Amino acid sequence: MNQLNPQSNNGNIPALECRNVSQTFMIKSGMFAEKKPLKAVEGVNLSVNRGEVIAIVGESGCGKTTLAKMLLGLLPPTTGEILLDGIPINSVSILDIARKVQPVFQDPYSSLNPRKTLESIISLPLKVHNIGTEIERKGRVEEYMRLVGLPNRLIHSYPNQLSGGQRQRVAIARALIMEPKIIVCDEPTSALDVSVQAHILNLLQDLRKKLNLTYAFISHDLAVVEHLADWVAVMYLGRLIEFGKATDVFRDPKHPYTQALLESVLTPDASLGLPEITLGRGLPNPLSPPSGCYFHPRCPKSSAECSEKSPLLKREKNYLVECHLYN
Amino acid sequence: MSQEIVLEVEDLSVDINVPSGTLHAVSNLSLHVKKGETLCIVGESGCGKSIASLAIMNLLPRRASLTAKTLVLEGRDLLDLSEKEFANLRGDRIGMIFQDPMTSLNPVFRIGNQLEEVYMEHGKGNRKEARERAEYLLEKVGIVAPKERLSQYPHQLSGGLRQRMMIAMTLMCDPALIIADEPTTALDVTMQAQTLNLLRSLQKEFNAGLILITHDLGVVARMADRVMVMYAGYAVETGTAIEVFDNPNHPYTQGLLDCIPVPGRREPGSKLGSIRGIVPALVGDIKGCTFRNRCDFSTKQCEEEIVALKELSKDRAFRCILTPEERETTKQNPGTTQ
Repeated sequence: MNQLNPQSNNGNIPALECRNVSQTFMIKSGMFAEKKPLKAVEGVNLSVNRGEVIAIVGESGCGKTTLAKMLLGLLPPTTGEILLDGIPINSVSILDIARKVQPVFQDPYSSLNPRKTLESIISLPLKVHNIGTEIERKGRVEEYMRLVGLPNRLIHSYPNQLSGGQRQRVAIARALIMEPKIIVCDEPTSALDVSVQAHILNLLQDLRKKLNLTYAFISHDLAVVEHLADWVAVMYLGRLIEFGKATDVFRDPKHPYTQALLESVLTPDASLGLPEITLGRGLPNPLSPPSGCYFHPRCPKSSAECSEKSPLLKREKNYLVECHLYN
Repeated sequence: MSQEIVLEVEDLSVDINVPSGTLHAVSNLSLHVKKGETLCIVGESGCGKSIASLAIMNLLPRRASLTAKTLVLEGRDLLDLSEKEFANLRGDRIGMIFQDPMTSLNPVFRIGNQLEEVYMEHGKGNRKEARERAEYLLEKVGIVAPKERLSQYPHQLSGGLRQRMMIAMTLMCDPALIIADEPTTALDVTMQAQTLNLLRSLQKEFNAGLILITHDLGVVARMADRVMVMYAGYAVETGTAIEVFDNPNHPYTQGLLDCIPVPGRREPGSKLGSIRGIVPALVGDIKGCTFRNRCDFSTKQCEEEIVALKELSKDRAFRCILTPEERETTKQNPGTTQ
């Protein structure tokens, strides 16, 4: 199965690997109607090496958050396997997963308990894992607060006394205190102002270099992705349709959907007008996905073939694309 | 494009009573919008951009008080209007589009009823005419099968479609001014460009003035004829989009532009620029430049006086004691202006 992952051929074990991962939810569509399968994630293969950043991009409803939940071990995949350092995630306990993978969520307002002080929020993972004494834990909290740039005087503050950027720093400190290898960031800056976003992105970059962290970075902001990511995975309706080195994907996107996504990025260049996007309507209903290629109803380059049969995944070294144009 | 001024605002200030004192949400804001023109107000959360738009529409919370020298829409002084007269104006002469279409549309009424209501409420015609107008506008906003859509409920539509419905609803009475507050923030990137395109082309077609409020500098660059950058309740820089983006005059505008990753402009993985510190509290008396604590070029003078808006030309102004050239020299010889 390993040949599915183009960049894992060089022998070393990837920090994070998905092998044919799918997640199917059974959805009730009416009081007496039978439950229907909703394929939130379908046959995703990808892998990241230690110290690299993989960005997962796509429109809302494409399955990127479901994938993140599976990476965190919060949701066992329906089929397929997720491996951390070569070890299947379902063979280890949730506590062991938590030592390796930690999340940073989008909204630092709802992801921190408003009734706890920063000390107790950041030290909670240590408490759960029974690490150290009270005093040792406090020392660790202070150390990690310093690492993420939070002043020590805030240690007894509550989240509501902090700004959005500071709260996100707390979330990062809490994620880092277990010394995980992988951080899953689900839209970590989209609730923040641009000036604060820059601080957090710079911090994430610094920490990655300092601690040799691997990030799975979920974002809809492609400018941020281009800035941060080594690898880009583009998802559409649960399927991974394009995967490659960030530089390659941004320079020469292959899939028409990726092309459209990149065209819709509004760079702050006042001499340019608005891009003409011909994607038409929104995402189709995932309960009854279109026949053939899932993207064909919106695709400007679709042909008769596209509506009839599914495209095959084309693999090249360090590149995957799923489109009839390249079959 | 006619050059007629639709909205003129001069010295608009909004103070809000909070338990700890008076919060100066908007201070001495002056702006104008011409027919068919787009003015983008950009700034970070808490800079007063939304409060300013609510003030223009007289939708401020009760605790807030408004003062202004001039507030004129289509030659009509809005400062003397009664609550009832204002209610007639909103939806008729001023159209509004908010961020989240799901909360602006009533979930228990059909789309058609909601569109028709606007038309009939403002006495534009009977139900039949309203229905015709609604169908016409739905076609305009690019909705296939408008008849069927009109009989649907908001939850049956996708986010992008709902926002198109909002645009159609805004245009029902052919308003002179459209105020759109973060209209595409809740949408996916692919829908964002399409919705903005639509808004722009319809605004030109209906020859309405547009005030677009957003925090997204990309949206501003592509949509704006003129830009106003706000910080801590003050307009700190105004100008045409090209002037502001190519030659930012205020250190805050410069800082904002440095903060955002721009594909192709910066080496991936390199450090982004940043603005240190946080937005100051706006409660109590404001002394000096509100940006001075975060500014790399602040001097003694910045602490003492509220900086006046320096006008370079009719549409170009900024609020800083130093010009960009002077700041450049300060940067090279730090300490000379201290």
